[in-house]
Amino acid sequence: MQFSSTSNYIVADELALAVQAAVTLEKPLLLKGEPGTGKTRLAEELATSLGVPLLRWQIKSTSKAQQGLYEYDAVSRLRDSQLGSDKVHDIANYIKPGKLWQAFTAPERPVLLIDEIDKADIEFPNDLLHELDQMEFHVYETGEQVSAKHRPIVVITSNNEKELPDAFLRRCFFHYINFPDAETLAKIVHVHHPDIQRDLLKTALEVFFDVRKLPNLKKKPSTSELIDWLKLLLVEDVSHKQLQASDGLMPMFGALLKNEQDVQLVEKLAFMSRRRES
Amino acid sequence: MLIEFFLCLRRHGLQTSITELLDLLKALEQQVVFADVEAFYYLARLTLVKDESQFDRFDRAFAEYFEGVEQVDLASAIPEDWLRRSLQRQLSDEDKAKLQSMGGLDELLNAFQERLKEQQKRHAGGNKWIGTGGTSPFGAYGYHPEGIRIGQEGSNARRAVKVWDKREFRDLDTEGELNNRTMQLALRKLRKFARTGSAEELDLDETIRATSKKGGMLDLQWRPERHNAVKVLLLFDVGGSMDDFIYECQQLFAAARSEFKHLEFYYFHNCVYEEVWASNERRFSAKTPTRELINRYGRDYKLIFVGDATMGPYEIAYPGGSVEHWNEEPGAVWMQRLLAHFTSAVWLNPQPKEHWRWHHSIDMMQELMGARMYPLTLDGLSEAIRVLLKKSATAAPVS
Ligand SMILES: Nc1ncnc2c1ncn2[C@@H]1O[C@H](COP(=O)(O)OP(=O)(O)O)[C@@H](O)[C@H]1O
Ligand SMILES: [Mg+2]
Repeated sequence: MQFSSTSNYIVADELALAVQAAVTLEKPLLLKGEPGTGKTRLAEELATSLGVPLLRWQIKSTSKAQQGLYEYDAVSRLRDSQLGSDKVHDIANYIKPGKLWQAFTAPERPVLLIDEIDKADIEFPNDLLHELDQMEFHVYETGEQVSAKHRPIVVITSNNEKELPDAFLRRCFFHYINFPDAETLAKIVHVHHPDIQRDLLKTALEVFFDVRKLPNLKKKPSTSELIDWLKLLLVEDVSHKQLQASDGLMPMFGALLKNEQDVQLVEKLAFMSRRRES
Repeated sequence: MLIEFFLCLRRHGLQTSITELLDLLKALEQQVVFADVEAFYYLARLTLVKDESQFDRFDRAFAEYFEGVEQVDLASAIPEDWLRRSLQRQLSDEDKAKLQSMGGLDELLNAFQERLKEQQKRHAGGNKWIGTGGTSPFGAYGYHPEGIRIGQEGSNARRAVKVWDKREFRDLDTEGELNNRTMQLALRKLRKFARTGSAEELDLDETIRATSKKGGMLDLQWRPERHNAVKVLLLFDVGGSMDDFIYECQQLFAAARSEFKHLEFYYFHNCVYEEVWASNERRFSAKTPTRELINRYGRDYKLIFVGDATMGPYEIAYPGGSVEHWNEEPGAVWMQRLLAHFTSAVWLNPQPKEHWRWHHSIDMMQELMGARMYPLTLDGLSEAIRVLLKKSATAAPVS
């Protein structure tokens, strides 16, 4: 298998290596990195490039491991029993397969994305150890044993809100996606805005990295914000000269700075630097 | 060779397990990478290190182990028959013919091993490497099919700075091995601390089961909540006299970190003033107002200072007393503000307790803390935790 940059997605060599190793050795790949570094996108692109389906399990603070296996819909069953439906006699009618189940029984080896695992309870990953290791589980209600036909390619992402348990980490390959450097970022921008003028891109990237470097920023703008900002600049036909000349807040700053305090901070700094220059 | 590398990692405080080492071996066996040392670096990191805070340790270990070398000697890392198999697969007919004229693959492998040994003698202390002289017989054959690259051509990644020498992850390094037994025990105490005080929650499944057992009579079932309830705000003294201790202390808390749902780190120097900082690398650029700690963290946070409190008395008592900057208000005022908000607070002092009386500043701090300063020993830590868990911990009187 070869996984490499496409016209839609830029993948660094070391990340491509990580993906290749994880796929070859059938290990879950844990990806960490700031929001917007393309973790979710990677799973999507991987599925596309392999031509296999993607099953996405979006984790929330209330997610439980069991939901990935299956859920027993007792409420429907109760309702059906009130309505006198025949379905009610077979409990299997009320077992709803979760994403893991779907992945295990998919006709071809799918990509299973467990997105933002750090959102869940700290015990959550531990509750999935056996299932991810053995790729099988037992359905208590029906006595059925579900085991994987093909071990799915498992991609797990974390935004680092919580640390993950050791036992879980030992079973994964781990890659940390660094925030891209200017060169890589320029490539990523080209994916989204292929016709962008070089000078505009260059100036915009300078502004972008300057903003990211500011200490005490509440929310550093990420790749997605950069892309949105550039889109606005393009729509509004802002030239690189205008961008360079703007002292104070940059044009369309709302796309880069999502937080009122950050807007004020940038404004203040711009004001101070103007004073120094004059 | 991989075993030695593994041991080197452990020496540098990485918690890598044998299971993970076997993963790396398997990846090599499956030829995910070959003799390109940079690719090997990434593969080893991918399989052996599971947290970016450990990358810096890994980089240092890697640099130490692979110093001055641009090519990994995978020949001795992987069993010979794997190598043989992959060679057979990779060689073109022409190559094979050439090989035959050299006496066949066995001969070549022997020559390779021989060459290795010679080079090892020449490389002072370098028992794991083929040097960069480019004298490998493999290089001389000039084949470079997809996977295998041994010899000069292999080092296509010869960049100005090696990745591991860049030490990009230096700032993320927060934890490491606790290398003596006392620290291990201390850690266990902290873990227990993290788990205490958790509330009970309603166990719905059990309640339903129990209730139906009783024919519909409500029978509530409870279980302890899984969450750890303790929230901790840690302020570390860095710089100057604390440097000897700080590393060790930091290891201790970092190692317990995953157990706490809320554990915040900040740094100060000698005494707390109007600003603290969250990243020691960026202490001059990214400061946090001390007032913000008070605003941001509730009074249910346990405040722990770690410092030797060894300084000039004026550093605590006077405006402008700080050795580093002009402080408008004396450190004591900031201490009192913090302690008025965080009523549950202790100070851990790595100085041996016998030495405390030699330093007037320790007395002063001890007084500000309302005598809640404890030595950083096992007993001191137990005592501190006990005090933190007491509901009625009171602050020092604000004068
Ligand atoms: N390497 C990349 N190549 C192309 N687009 C990217 C890349 N990285 C990030 N992006 C853009 O940034 C957006 C956010 O990426 P996403 O995968 O949602 O980030 P994450 O999951 O890490 O928070 C994507 O929709 C994509 O537009
Ligand atoms: Mg995402």
